[in-house]
Amino acid sequence: MGRYLVRRLLQLVPVFIGTTFLIYWLVWAVPGDPFAGKCGERRCPPEYVAALTEKYHLNENVFVQYTIYMKSLLQGDFGTTYSGRSINDIIATAYPNTLKLAVVALAIEAIIGLTAGVLTGLRRNGFLDNLVLVSSLFLIALPVFVVGFVLQWTFGVQWKIVTPTVSSEMPFSELLIPGFVLGSASMAYIARVSRTSIAENRRADYVRTAIAKGLPMRRVVGVHLLRNSLIPVVTLLGTDLGALMGGAIVTEGIFGINGIGRQVYRSIVTKESATVVSIVVVLVLVYLLMNLLVDLLYAALDPRIRYE
Amino acid sequence: MSDILVSEQSAPGADGSGRPSGRLLEVDDLRVEFRTRDGVAKVINGVTYHVDAGETLAVLGESGSGKSVTAQTIMGILDMPPGFVTGGQVRFHGRDMLTMSAEERRRIRGEGIAMIFQDSLSALNPVFTVGFQIAEQFRIRRGMGRADAKKRAIEMLDQVKIPNAKGRFSNYPHQFSGGMRQRAMIAMSLALDPEVLIADEPTTALDVTVQAQIMDLLGELQRERQMGMILITHDLGVVADVADRIAVMYAGRIVEEADVYDLYAKPAHPYTLGLLDSIPRMDEKGQELRTIKGLPPNLMNIPPGCPFNPRCPMAQPVCREKVPPLLQIGSGRASACHFAEELVNRD
Repeated sequence: MGRYLVRRLLQLVPVFIGTTFLIYWLVWAVPGDPFAGKCGERRCPPEYVAALTEKYHLNENVFVQYTIYMKSLLQGDFGTTYSGRSINDIIATAYPNTLKLAVVALAIEAIIGLTAGVLTGLRRNGFLDNLVLVSSLFLIALPVFVVGFVLQWTFGVQWKIVTPTVSSEMPFSELLIPGFVLGSASMAYIARVSRTSIAENRRADYVRTAIAKGLPMRRVVGVHLLRNSLIPVVTLLGTDLGALMGGAIVTEGIFGINGIGRQVYRSIVTKESATVVSIVVVLVLVYLLMNLLVDLLYAALDPRIRYE
Repeated sequence: MSDILVSEQSAPGADGSGRPSGRLLEVDDLRVEFRTRDGVAKVINGVTYHVDAGETLAVLGESGSGKSVTAQTIMGILDMPPGFVTGGQVRFHGRDMLTMSAEERRRIRGEGIAMIFQDSLSALNPVFTVGFQIAEQFRIRRGMGRADAKKRAIEMLDQVKIPNAKGRFSNYPHQFSGGMRQRAMIAMSLALDPEVLIADEPTTALDVTVQAQIMDLLGELQRERQMGMILITHDLGVVADVADRIAVMYAGRIVEEADVYDLYAKPAHPYTLGLLDSIPRMDEKGQELRTIKGLPPNLMNIPPGCPFNPRCPMAQPVCREKVPPLLQIGSGRASACHFAEELVNRD
């Protein structure tokens, strides 16, 4: 187990270098002039351009730039934007907002998706089953911005139950609707996967044994059946956190949340390559660590899996 | 879950009275069918048998003869749908379980009637330790604390002769060998000290030497505890040592019931005769093994008359017309063959 963990952590190194370089190179290759519009209507004075080019190593090739960037990154310094703002600050303000939104989305999709999946898996072909199947298909088919605008308009504008946009303190109650919107598609998948999983395991011999032992139904389902059925659902949930954070850009836009989605978009437009790369680097880290966590959770859920 | 059996009707007993008879467990004219898309399969067509405290009844038959479905109906773990109980009673201490509430039936499971399954690897929950699955019964059914339940579970593992029971408590099912796992299964089924134990082909998944050990253990525990035991098997060799009585099933019916000795000495049904003839024997080494010709009937379309008539070497015209009822022949034995007397009296 310990050796497995070390090996997995070491595997993260090449993956991390590969992904970050790819991102760095992509942003570097995007055409555009970082000095465009920096000095108002006029072109920037050549001394200013020369100084900044020197400071940000803009004349070097992409490999050198990347190496210099990684060097300071390993010391915990994401660098500065061309206007001199610390990227660490930008990340420190944007990331918690997105993380909060993603965690709320994850919680909502886990609770609603799992409940729907378990109930329908136990009673297939009933009214609830059909309702869940149809509505989950709906959520999967609809783009996020449609779900977002419809819910924002219905709950925020028509019924005035919630504020249409999220205020900067991001209270939990205002995040419920955006969280639902962000997690809606995954929620539908969770419901379907857990439904299939429950329905499959329900007929398993060990469930029959548990009933034959005279255990109450809620224990048969809640302990014996659920534990086995959760295994595929956990993978889905674990890898979803990264996807939710990366995919939050549309939801953030609709509800006016100052998260990483907005920051990345703005930075791409202004060719702030260091900012884009830094935000994505943190996202990559989240993905990698969540994947590792899911693999470790497997062993906790299924003792037949051994790590060598 | 819909697995729990609740019979809509309570059919009277085969003798028409349904009165309590002092028997421990009685299956009385039980009828079960499976309704599938392809049609209705009549899986159990009037099965009647009983078991008393301290005796072992072996239920013998080919796969598909309905022996396991009968057991599942007794336990109330039949998948419903597709299964439906269409008639008959299952009486425990004289009370029909098919008309009991789900909660009443649940209480009987494990404590009144317990069951051992064929494939212990799939019958045990793979994600919980063997100890947990045994101790669970003491905690949930007896309300014991964790420590007490663990102590009792280790005692149970000890009773089924699992070496190092204490260490084995926290092992998972896949860490046990097949034989040890079946022992653990036995420990689990006996935890609540049931009055009746149903063993559904308990040794089928094991190799021969282990089979004998498990059967010895079962026999020993059954005698010690004076349980009634229903041993479901298709293996005539297993039956001879352990059983007191044998009920032979064919196409969802009991075709013969007799004491072990009588059945082996003088079978009163051509199907039983065929089964006994098909046991390999040392003194006939080198000769072709005798088999029963043909296949068991399709349960969606059981032939008219005696269901065994298409395969029966003794079949007469009457066998294709009249279903032979299960009738007493002599003391304590019965046969469902028009020519039972002739069979028993021949030399």
